[in-house]
Amino acid sequence: MTWRRTRATAGRVLRQLRHDPRTIALLVAVPAVLMGLLAWILHGHDHDFDTFGPQLLGIFPLIVMFLVTSVATLRERTGGTLDRLLTMPMGKADFVLGYAIAFGSAAIVQALVVSGLCFGPFGMTVRGAAWLVVVVAVLDALLGTALGLSVSALATNEFQAVQFMPAFILPQLLLCGIIVPRAELPTVLHWVSYVLPMSYAVDATQQLSVHAVVTTEFLVDIAVVVGFLAAALVLGATTLRRRTP
Amino acid sequence: MSAATAVRVEHLVVDRGRTRAVDDVSFELAEGSLVGLLGPSGCGKTTLMRSLVGTQVVTSGSIVVLGEPAGSPRLRDTVGYVTQVPSVYGDLTVRENLTYFATILGSPPEAVETALTDVDLRGHAESKVKQLSGGERARVSLATALLGSPSVLVLDEPTVGLDPLLRRSLWSLFHRLTANGTTLLVSSHVMDEAERCARLLLMRDGRMLADTTPAGLLSSTGRGDFESAFVALIEGDMPGTRGGPAAGDRS
Repeated sequence: MTWRRTRATAGRVLRQLRHDPRTIALLVAVPAVLMGLLAWILHGHDHDFDTFGPQLLGIFPLIVMFLVTSVATLRERTGGTLDRLLTMPMGKADFVLGYAIAFGSAAIVQALVVSGLCFGPFGMTVRGAAWLVVVVAVLDALLGTALGLSVSALATNEFQAVQFMPAFILPQLLLCGIIVPRAELPTVLHWVSYVLPMSYAVDATQQLSVHAVVTTEFLVDIAVVVGFLAAALVLGATTLRRRTP
Repeated sequence: MSAATAVRVEHLVVDRGRTRAVDDVSFELAEGSLVGLLGPSGCGKTTLMRSLVGTQVVTSGSIVVLGEPAGSPRLRDTVGYVTQVPSVYGDLTVRENLTYFATILGSPPEAVETALTDVDLRGHAESKVKQLSGGERARVSLATALLGSPSVLVLDEPTVGLDPLLRRSLWSLFHRLTANGTTLLVSSHVMDEAERCARLLLMRDGRMLADTTPAGLLSSTGRGDFESAFVALIEGDMPGTRGGPAAGDRS
């Protein structure tokens, strides 16, 4: 792995994104509109938006980045460019980190715009630090990117790649504590929720909603999300094959 | 005297699924030679080429390229490969594509301009690849492989879909490259491209049918053109033209 190749790959992915303004617009607009819709739905329900807003602020970017990354990597796999890169002196880590950096920067822009809207016009408040909510949103988006990278190895076409979103993400959404608090889940499902990254992503924002100070639980949540992120990137790199049958 | 050996393939066997795509193929390529790999679609040309560049899982046999086993890390900036389907980024411009791959290869800054000139694409440098014609896209893909000034260049049907003028200019580029010491293996299913090569490898059903020269192919089959010579070679039994251990029993 070299920084030169990683940086070139990140730059190239961002350049592709820049040539596609509609995707950029969707990346930012979709979570923004969804959060606005949520604020509107919960309007007049006391502090419900303060409860659900931060949780979903982490989840929407995760879903969007998961989809975008899995399709983008799939295109590299099926279009022959990944094979070409791997016949060159290109490290697998260069490829994966390049993508993570490029989509990570997109995620930062996305998180800043969407949380700016939430804390501003949508009137969301949290007891903890608002900037930490932004940090969690970026980490969640990066987690979406990393999961998308590794899962795309299982897909052989776009139809499959898109269906991995409901397959991998929706069960996590059901079990992460938004619908029923995790502690009240049936025992087996409660155990399962411990091995799903979204549980920690959502719990981290909950901690920020409720506590004015940074709690140990919050730090553990963040550490676990970063752990899943790193593991998914390593898994993504190991699915890249220089030699295929 | 003969030049040093750039590529040595010995008893190569490649299975893809249940089919034997390459069946006991052996040959050598001398440094600086221009060798044509001819044969009908599906005869194993692409699989053989993928094996040479190390992207194909092989069943048995050995391939040594510039003294290293095919696909070893030290070969990654000395062996260039152009796939049949252009593998470049459609949503980037020609220059953006070449600049990116040049950075990956660690090529000198002027390599991009040289490659653009070599494939006659200077006028399209700022166009997005997906807006180009099929032939132009193929040349972007070829330019990418030229960036690293590879010692061995493996080209899978590089002239498919190109007009006669462009084909002529690419073949003269190939000859210029070999004059500079590059070893080229160029596949084609257009038999009349055979005359442009110094040496011909003819494949059919995964086997090496003949290892010959354009003149040798015509004289041994007694035909006037390459297309019918090749058909004659497949249909008839012409033991004199068969090369190496690939000459097995065919019914």
